[in-house]
Amino acid sequence: MLSWTRESVMTENPYRRIWAKFKRNKVALVGGVLILIYVLSAFFAPVLFPGNPSAPNLMRSLESPTLKDPLGTDELGRSILGRIIYGSRISLLIAVGVVSVGIILGIPLGLVSGYYGGKIDFGIQRITDTMLAFPGFLLALALVAVLGVGLKNTVISIGISMVPLYIRLVRGCVLSVREEDYIEAARAVGTRDVIILLRHILPNVMVPITVQTSLSMGMAILFAAGLGFLGIGVQPPTPEWGTMLGSARSYLFYAPHVATFPGIAIFLAVLSFNLLGDGLRDALDPRFKI
Amino acid sequence: MSEQAKPLLEIKELHTRFHTLDGIVKAVDGIDFEVYQGETLGLVGESGCGKSVTALSILQLLPCPPAEIQGRILFEGKNLLDLDQEDVRKIRGNDISMIFQEPMTSLNPVLRIGEQISESAKVHKSMTRQEAWRWAVEMLRMVQIPEPGSRSRQYPHKFSGGMRQRAMIAMALSCNPRLILADEPTTALDVTIQAQIMTLLQRLKDDFKTAIVLITHDLGVIAEMASRVVVMYAGKVVEEAPIKELFKDPRHPYTQGLLGSIPVIGRKEQTGRRLQEIPGIVPSPMETPLGCRFHPRCHKVMNRCCEQEPPMIHLNEHRRVSCWLEADSVVKESQAGSR
Repeated sequence: MLSWTRESVMTENPYRRIWAKFKRNKVALVGGVLILIYVLSAFFAPVLFPGNPSAPNLMRSLESPTLKDPLGTDELGRSILGRIIYGSRISLLIAVGVVSVGIILGIPLGLVSGYYGGKIDFGIQRITDTMLAFPGFLLALALVAVLGVGLKNTVISIGISMVPLYIRLVRGCVLSVREEDYIEAARAVGTRDVIILLRHILPNVMVPITVQTSLSMGMAILFAAGLGFLGIGVQPPTPEWGTMLGSARSYLFYAPHVATFPGIAIFLAVLSFNLLGDGLRDALDPRFKI
Repeated sequence: MSEQAKPLLEIKELHTRFHTLDGIVKAVDGIDFEVYQGETLGLVGESGCGKSVTALSILQLLPCPPAEIQGRILFEGKNLLDLDQEDVRKIRGNDISMIFQEPMTSLNPVLRIGEQISESAKVHKSMTRQEAWRWAVEMLRMVQIPEPGSRSRQYPHKFSGGMRQRAMIAMALSCNPRLILADEPTTALDVTIQAQIMTLLQRLKDDFKTAIVLITHDLGVIAEMASRVVVMYAGKVVEEAPIKELFKDPRHPYTQGLLGSIPVIGRKEQTGRRLQEIPGIVPSPMETPLGCRFHPRCHKVMNRCCEQEPPMIHLNEHRRVSCWLEADSVVKESQAGSR
């Protein structure tokens, strides 16, 4: 018995505990597996689908699903499966890019706003209020109108529309953490503000940030698809799910598969990021014991 | 205790006010006292007397606004209130450090113990990560944590209350400060652990010649540790005396009340008698009573107490008390001492 306690004191790994809790949530696990499939297909796209997914083959346009092309072909005769596989690259790239913009701008602003309070906080919060007054998608749409279309501008505009969410989240958490005794104790030994913010406060707010990041990735994919659908996102012939959906709209009645499969791809990606986020929230919450 | 030597810390006319929506809270209202090199000064009083605020004011850990600190806090002759934030930060942990009341919440749950203790060595002694970590392990060994090497890699939740307080003491001592403000260091601990922590503090104090300001409402702890005692009531100093004299001959009715409320087991005159209590509670710092602040609770209250605030009366070089009862006796004794 004694040796067991000794062992557990020495070797216990917090990540193992989190994994043990996460694993019990089967729905979240499904989300995680789906995301893994998307990530793998993005990585191994050229192996899974040799050839150029954007090369037209007008002889075979709008074919129904066959053995050769399991999901059929689009109006230019391109394999829909191939384009969805390559599209996962674009969508994941957008998701990661958007979340990076949100994190890089949102976390520092939220930390500063919550920790220092006063005029700085007031200034940052009023800007945040203004941005949150618009629905996120509308804000992204307006930013695209200013910046122009294309992959980079899609990432920037959706990313900026995510920033206020991060600011609010981080600020709220910092407000409660900064009142903790251990922050006062850190100040009492003469720790610099920067160190307090980055090493003492930030790790304490990582859990909500992680959950928010997973949810934001789903939202980013949906927003990007929305912009693509409207024709102001990633431009053809790049295989982007929303753009595919947009151009398939005209053939909806006599070739429904062209719109259906990219739609399912979007749906599953967004769903799995949301499931993963929910699972992470439960697994990372220290109050939830297994 | 060398009274002749210059004091390490001198507090003069310290006022700490909080500007709140309900009005101005005078938490500390014009106190003064000195702390000498290597001594332990007890700062006693009920909850809400301004003891902790005094300690936080010295290190300027109160957010200003809403707090406003006035007066002089002379540390080795330098007024800490004149320094800018950056210089105060260099003093915190290096020259003056603090031990907090709640060891359970005063350690960051997401940082390893070693990391938190090595913090001040990194800040003030510009040690590298490894050096500071080794130093932290040494500090843990010094506060008698078993297996300090592996313990330093653990997170606070693996530590018991007593061990956490030891870790806090290690953190406070790691830069060998000249003054430690110990704010009720044992209040949250078991009695047996209390004794261990007190013995530890006493030993470290002797080894390092550190001065300690021991803030507590536990007169038993004070009796063991302190050489001098300052009694505070409602933001004011009401009595100061060397420890033995205070216990033998308390002058202020408040001090008498505090001493009377300690249960003494086995003493003849106490058995079968009720414990004395001081009726009422500490007044809110927003509506301090007119005259002597203690008069509504004082059993020796006179007419004068309700109208005029008693002056600080220096009974001799080491003793002072703020009470009208003494004012009369001093006049008769023709000014026993004035500093």
